Amino acid sequence: MSLTIGSMMALSFVVSLIALAFLIWAVASRQFRMDQGDAELIFPGGEGGDHQPDDPTSFGFREKAEPGEGTDTRHRMLLFALIGFGTFWLVFGSIFGVIASLKLNIPDWLSGSAPMTFGRVRTVHLNTVIYGWLSLAGIAVAMFIIPRIFKTHLRGVNFGWAGLVLWNIGVAAGAWAIATGWTDGMEWLEIPRPIDIILAAGGACFAIPLVMTALKRNVHHIYVTGWYYLAALVWFPVLFVLGNLPMHSGVQQATVNWWFAHNVLGLWLTPIGVGAAYYILPKIIGKPIYSYRLSLLGFWALALFYSQVGMHHLIGGPVPTWVVTLSVVQSVMMFVPVIAVAVNQHVLWATNLWAFKQSLPLRFVAFGAVMYTLASFQGSMEAVRAINTVTHFTHYTVGHAHLGAYAFVSLVLFGTVYYMMPILTGRLWPAPKLISLHFWLVAIGFGIYFISLTIGGWLQGLAMLDASRDWLESMQLTQPYLRGRTLGGTLMTLGHAIFAINLVSLLFASRREATPAATGAPATTAG
Amino acid sequence: MNKIFPLAVVAFAILAFATLMLVILPAAQIRTVAPAEGLEPYTPAEARGRQHYVDLGCYYCHSQQPRSPEQAPDLQRGWGRPTTPSDYVYDNPHLLGTMRTGPDLMNVGVRMPSQGWHLTHLYQPRAIEPTSIMPAYPFLFEVKQNPDEDDVIVPVPPEYAPENGGTVVAKQSALDLTDYLLSLDRNYPAKDWELRDLGYDREEAR
Repeated sequence: MSLTIGSMMALSFVVSLIALAFLIWAVASRQFRMDQGDAELIFPGGEGGDHQPDDPTSFGFREKAEPGEGTDTRHRMLLFALIGFGTFWLVFGSIFGVIASLKLNIPDWLSGSAPMTFGRVRTVHLNTVIYGWLSLAGIAVAMFIIPRIFKTHLRGVNFGWAGLVLWNIGVAAGAWAIATGWTDGMEWLEIPRPIDIILAAGGACFAIPLVMTALKRNVHHIYVTGWYYLAALVWFPVLFVLGNLPMHSGVQQATVNWWFAHNVLGLWLTPIGVGAAYYILPKIIGKPIYSYRLSLLGFWALALFYSQVGMHHLIGGPVPTWVVTLSVVQSVMMFVPVIAVAVNQHVLWATNLWAFKQSLPLRFVAFGAVMYTLASFQGSMEAVRAINTVTHFTHYTVGHAHLGAYAFVSLVLFGTVYYMMPILTGRLWPAPKLISLHFWLVAIGFGIYFISLTIGGWLQGLAMLDASRDWLESMQLTQPYLRGRTLGGTLMTLGHAIFAINLVSLLFASRREATPAATGAPATTAG
Repeated sequence: MNKIFPLAVVAFAILAFATLMLVILPAAQIRTVAPAEGLEPYTPAEARGRQHYVDLGCYYCHSQQPRSPEQAPDLQRGWGRPTTPSDYVYDNPHLLGTMRTGPDLMNVGVRMPSQGWHLTHLYQPRAIEPTSIMPAYPFLFEVKQNPDEDDVIVPVPPEYAPENGGTVVAKQSALDLTDYLLSLDRNYPAKDWELRDLGYDREEAR
């Protein structure tokens, strides 16, 4: 089939008409009619009035539990299990990440057996941190926030338990399969298809309670976090099933591969992180986000633009020019939703620095939210052909991937877990200093990691483009930067160990009586 | 927004549109492309070797997609001409790659046509290039005191020779992997040039 300009225009026309019809319906049924008052739905008193800052660690417990707050023991136990297993995969996956990094420094270390070769260790790292840590912790956060914004209890908890069991079996079997050489052989899709079926079943079990709870909600309006989570629950299953269908080959398979891989970031991990930040930041500070209407633009622009950026992984490759250019354009368009989210979130915490100083969970989440802005700006620039020609095929890209998946999503999840655990257990963190240590280890570790790979990757790319230099130079010059990466990654891994210790320490913490919330805010806070 | 079903439908529709643009329309163009003249299907040994290339994760460090001369000096480095979809017809899974921690391998069979070179390099890359950071794959080889007649003996410099003496012999997996690497040859003329990304090419070059 040949694609003519005419057929593309006809297609655009039809799609525009359908979109217009939806827009007219949405305006007529007042779907977009929302005001700043709706943003206050997440506070106990509802719209209007002053809200208390809310973070038990810094401001003490509130007197009364909120509707939807984990009063149900089975719900609470499920959240603990999700976070516990997620943290296990985090530590496990980080260790594999450090081993993989060390192997580029000491190539003959642990080279005696196939499961410990670089290509497998690296892949076990990626799959366990994405599907083990980020997905399980993300589901825990969703199962914590969704009942609260809908002011009801979580339904279908047993499905959640079934999901937990299936998902963990899937991740463990996937890691084992990759280590033993059983793989589908595409980045982000390595886990073999029979094991994918277990993961798909587990994912469905996770989605059922969330959807059931959403359908039984006690509020009219869906808070912005709910848009991201409900949409992600539509997107991820479609991506996962279509991406794994064994019906592609050759270059066409590469387009499916990168359609999937970038959408996992954009339509699964990003909604998890952005949705959590949209809830936690205002919740801890006690003030609504800057402009609730703007969040509407941020959400729909993300859906529209992010879903089409995948082919920027194939710039300069054997795929048709028009589809690469389409993805480059959509990548740059990502500035729109990212700026919308940035205005909403950063103005809020930056005008309430007192809370940033007092609340450790807020510090993690705000740091993560800033990293989302930076990662997206960087991603948009990297997709521009003139820059991509340097950064493609280099360690620069690896640094960028960790800026998004780690500094953004993981840090938001750390902060959210630090916020929710005292509420769920009624216990305060016994050693807040260790939370601070966790923060500084991962922040400094990540800084070293990112700066090393960014500089090293850029120089590597320039060397590769220079015909007067032997290719080997481009590899040799990265050596000191790859050692820097190992150092940064080790610090991050130590931080994860501290995170695990903090979680375990909560088991031994004494239960505190709920004390009236101390007002952490100074009398005069700039609004 | 206060309705779940329309939210889900529109979210789904947007992803469906993206799938149309990024997957279905490109597939309509390249899915049925014929193999280039000069491209051979993999032999059973090459296919087994390719499977080792996949399961050992070689493609995480080696791309298989030379860039155009307008963009990068790949041709000058001996990595071959830019590729088009018809060069990959028999590839499943695809191995285009995203990193060049090692060099591009699309034409390594042309550039490095010696079986012995590949076997030594797989056994110990630093025996050939001292600064290499490629993993060694000693588990694809075995050390024999008295190799059989049909064993393929791997030349290994003294500093990397087995400690207890003996001869390094290639296992079938190493031979298959080498067969695959030697088969990587896209030296014939390109077909369907318009189906690759020409975004870096000057107008007159098209």
